[in-house]
Amino acid sequence: MKTESTLEKILASGNLAVTSECGPPRGAVPDKVKEKAEMLRGYVDAVNVTDNQTAMVRMSSFAACVIIKQMGMDPILQMVTRDRNRLAMQADILGAYAHGIDTMLCLSGDHPHFGDHPQAMNVHDIDSIQFVQMVHTMREKGTFQGGDDIINPPKMFIGAAANPFADPFELRVARLAKKAKAGADFVQTQCIYNLDKFETWMKGVVDRGLHEKVHVLAGVTPMKTAGMARYMKNKVPGMDVPDEIVDRMAGVPKEKQAEEGIKICVESIQRLKDVEGVSGFHIMAIEWEQKVPEIVKKAGLYPRPEIA
Amino acid sequence: MITAERKPLEEIIDSVKPFQRILLVGCNECVTVCAAGGRKEVGILASALQMNFMKAGQTIDIKELTLERQCDPEYVEELSTHMDQVDAVLSMACGCGVQEIARRYKDKPVLPAVNTKFMGASERQGVWAERCQGCGDCLLGLTGGICPIARCSKRLLNGPCGGSTNGKCEISPEVDCVWQLIWDRLKALGMEDRYEDIMPAKNWQTGRGGGPRKIIREDLAE
Repeated sequence: MKTESTLEKILASGNLAVTSECGPPRGAVPDKVKEKAEMLRGYVDAVNVTDNQTAMVRMSSFAACVIIKQMGMDPILQMVTRDRNRLAMQADILGAYAHGIDTMLCLSGDHPHFGDHPQAMNVHDIDSIQFVQMVHTMREKGTFQGGDDIINPPKMFIGAAANPFADPFELRVARLAKKAKAGADFVQTQCIYNLDKFETWMKGVVDRGLHEKVHVLAGVTPMKTAGMARYMKNKVPGMDVPDEIVDRMAGVPKEKQAEEGIKICVESIQRLKDVEGVSGFHIMAIEWEQKVPEIVKKAGLYPRPEIA
Repeated sequence: MITAERKPLEEIIDSVKPFQRILLVGCNECVTVCAAGGRKEVGILASALQMNFMKAGQTIDIKELTLERQCDPEYVEELSTHMDQVDAVLSMACGCGVQEIARRYKDKPVLPAVNTKFMGASERQGVWAERCQGCGDCLLGLTGGICPIARCSKRLLNGPCGGSTNGKCEISPEVDCVWQLIWDRLKALGMEDRYEDIMPAKNWQTGRGGGPRKIIREDLAE
């Protein structure tokens, strides 16, 4: 094992891993973090904690991770290159590791244009691949990005994002290869609705043997309403929602749409389980964490394996 | 070139209000090419100011001049004969020109009439776009002659983010995804394999990260 990460152990055991996420509150409300995390207890192997997602200020991922860690659960520290330079990032990684956080996700982050502080300067001192490389160097060489030795280097299990649906499509397998080369241990993908396209991408991944270098966790998000399906199809960059999904959501009465959304999500997981190279699932139930247990159970991913 | 856009007239009027006699100075270089602060724009601004002050029942004395280069002490010296007849200078050059005048004429207020924007190129008549951020360590040889530092909204050096859609950036359908452009160009050049080389974290010391920069050419410096 490269780290103490529970997620690493689950993946190494050959079980399909399950992760979900918790968006920290827009205020100093620790109980909100606990409430969200508690809903996921026992149903997921680790909980992603987002870092100022959609470029809106929230409680820091680091602080919320500590709260979740103290609850005896396994948080995944998300960190974006948008808000911090390499000094701040490495400082927070040391701090997080000192609190027992051993798994992280390295991202570039949504542009401030989308958020509540569009006036803010975006940092982008390093990009997401250089970020993965930096955390990998900290772990494997025990040195900072600047070259100095670290006392007790943090051993992070390193995650990154992959979006098989963004353009140019032909570059998307190569982009994963680059993240693997930089030292990523796992990736969590963008929400998958276009399963055919995902399978095409996954075939490219398997053909190059990349699935043996980096674990691919397939991302899924249950839709609450037909409106949400339309919004994701038309307004969210890098999202691919086929018409048939929108039509299916719109085809049931409003009060049944949430149920239909869960059904689609569970069916997707069932189909993706058989796709070669898929190592697990990342269930992003946005402000709908209470539905994760139901999805995990219906998808046959419960109970979660006990790994010491 | 360095591109600029004239400030809104109201802002310029506000800034010159405290003064009676203004020296309005254009520049014959970049700001002339991007039609922001050359001889022609100096004339237009002078007329607009005169008209506005007249309408308000006030007067303003404006002397118009356009220098060959405002960022060069040799040309800025040409203003010296006018300085004792004016209360302030209104510069239509980029920020470099404004500062050169301020440096030379220490007792005269210098006001900017344009907003300096970026180092860019002309895309078509009337359209200029950012091309370079002067990072001090050019990597265009690795990226097919297209700069991701200046032209990627997230300054990504290793490929497109997950927001690239139909060749456009996630921040706006008006903005090209520079990594789509780079990829297309690498393909056209038969250099696709370059893409998987990881570009290491950039050393920003050669850029603004290293503090204000200076070039000293020993062979030319006096």
